[in-house]
Amino acid sequence: MVDFYINLFSSIELIKSYQSSIFIISVLLAGIPIFGFMAVNALVAVYVERKVSAFMQDRLGPMGHGVGLHAGKWGVLQTLADAIKLLTKEDIIPESADKKLFLLAPCIIFIGSFVAFAGFPFNEFLIAADFNLGLFYILAMSSVGVIGIILAGYSSNNKWSLYGSMRSAAQIVSYEIPAALSLLPIVMLSGSLAFKDIVLAQTGSTLGILPNWFIFNNPFMIIAFWLFFIAGVAEVNRTPFDLPEAESELVAGWMTEYSGMRWAFFFLAEYANMFIVAGVATIGFLGGWLSPIPGYFDGSIWGVFWLVSKTSFLIFVMMWFRWTFPRLRTDQLMRMCWKFFLPGSFFVIIGVGLWDLIMR
Amino acid sequence: MTGINLIFWFIAILTIVSGSIVVLSNNLIYSAVSLLFTLLGIAGLYVFLWADFIAITQILIYVGGILVLIIFGIMLTHRITDVTLSQSSNQQILGGGIVLVIFLGLSYMILNTPWLENSAVEPQETIKQIGNLLMIDYLLPFEVASILLLAALIGAALLSRSSK
Repeated sequence: MVDFYINLFSSIELIKSYQSSIFIISVLLAGIPIFGFMAVNALVAVYVERKVSAFMQDRLGPMGHGVGLHAGKWGVLQTLADAIKLLTKEDIIPESADKKLFLLAPCIIFIGSFVAFAGFPFNEFLIAADFNLGLFYILAMSSVGVIGIILAGYSSNNKWSLYGSMRSAAQIVSYEIPAALSLLPIVMLSGSLAFKDIVLAQTGSTLGILPNWFIFNNPFMIIAFWLFFIAGVAEVNRTPFDLPEAESELVAGWMTEYSGMRWAFFFLAEYANMFIVAGVATIGFLGGWLSPIPGYFDGSIWGVFWLVSKTSFLIFVMMWFRWTFPRLRTDQLMRMCWKFFLPGSFFVIIGVGLWDLIMR
Repeated sequence: MTGINLIFWFIAILTIVSGSIVVLSNNLIYSAVSLLFTLLGIAGLYVFLWADFIAITQILIYVGGILVLIIFGIMLTHRITDVTLSQSSNQQILGGGIVLVIFLGLSYMILNTPWLENSAVEPQETIKQIGNLLMIDYLLPFEVASILLLAALIGAALLSRSSK
């Protein structure tokens, strides 16, 4: 998008000579929609999460009584009201907190997921910064947020916060490794790190009717998909891997001392990270913006629709996990990562390599 | 001054200022945090050299791995609620003198070297070239490095095992 805007503005005679302004405006024009998307994503995802949890527990969730001052029909305005409440709430900084770091931590967490979105494609054209290392870039950028989590826990000067951030850091740093390794088969099959080429390699159909997505490519890819998806759920600290927050043990983990706007930033980043994990799984294994019926309903607008709906389905699966599995213990979490996921991802890499060598 | 130049100067100043804070700050955790900005700044400078792969690797390994370990180490080696972790900078005059000498020497070298100017065209697909070089021309050093890392990994596993 940045290149597109720069070319667009440079083609207009009147403003051609202001190169630096054009550059900055183009970057802003590509960046601001990302922020808008993150906000809308969080609003919708919180509502859906509450509704899904409610239905799974045989409740109704947020409800309203028609129009009026209530939360709208089926409570659709509930999260909007919550967002306004968060924005206008008092911003509390604990007296014994390390003030500078306390203020810096939400920024780092938010920026971590914001810059990851810069490389995330919604279809072959709709991507803020298009370059040929997309997958690797998103993996790297999603590891920046960990620093923010550690700082949030440390600067709060609260034991719950510190325990939460320690757990979170250990968890994210560990699960990053199987998550990255289980994405390697995609790179092996498509021969590229660019999202565009990865999706392009999945066009067409396989076995007659199935779309030629990487998850249908060979049996090992199904394992790789689940390895990545579960490791991704662990990376975004969601149940059953929500030890860092663990309401029943740690109050709210590393977010305990935060309130108002800063806490909203954590939430924004958390739902954005969920979207990124689900989105990378979609692009890598489920054909990205390609339609599930090969050859039909493909195109720019349809592409965005397919990508967002597949990603939303994976986010729904994450919510489903939340009400299905009990929380793991720390030692179980680490054993699962280092003794099952890590060897599992090596096994998958070798398996995919052999399969590709023999079957092709 | 074009927009790119503006960003270059922003990143360069960010790198230098945060690098100075790393050295001069009395608070150990502040040093570690400013190291974050130094590392991000250096990654940005790599992008200006069209070394996009190195830039991302820098962030993945140094920010996502090593810096987390450093902060973890600081937090684990002190009391859990102790916010005032301090470090001292002794011999500031001597150190400053050495830094000045190195700075002047490097500046002299940079200004007096006839630099080879590469063409101003962005190289395509840096990662393919890196892959080819690693697997064809520099395969032996690559393998030796991987054996070294494997040895370190086994060593770490051995150390962390409870002694029986």
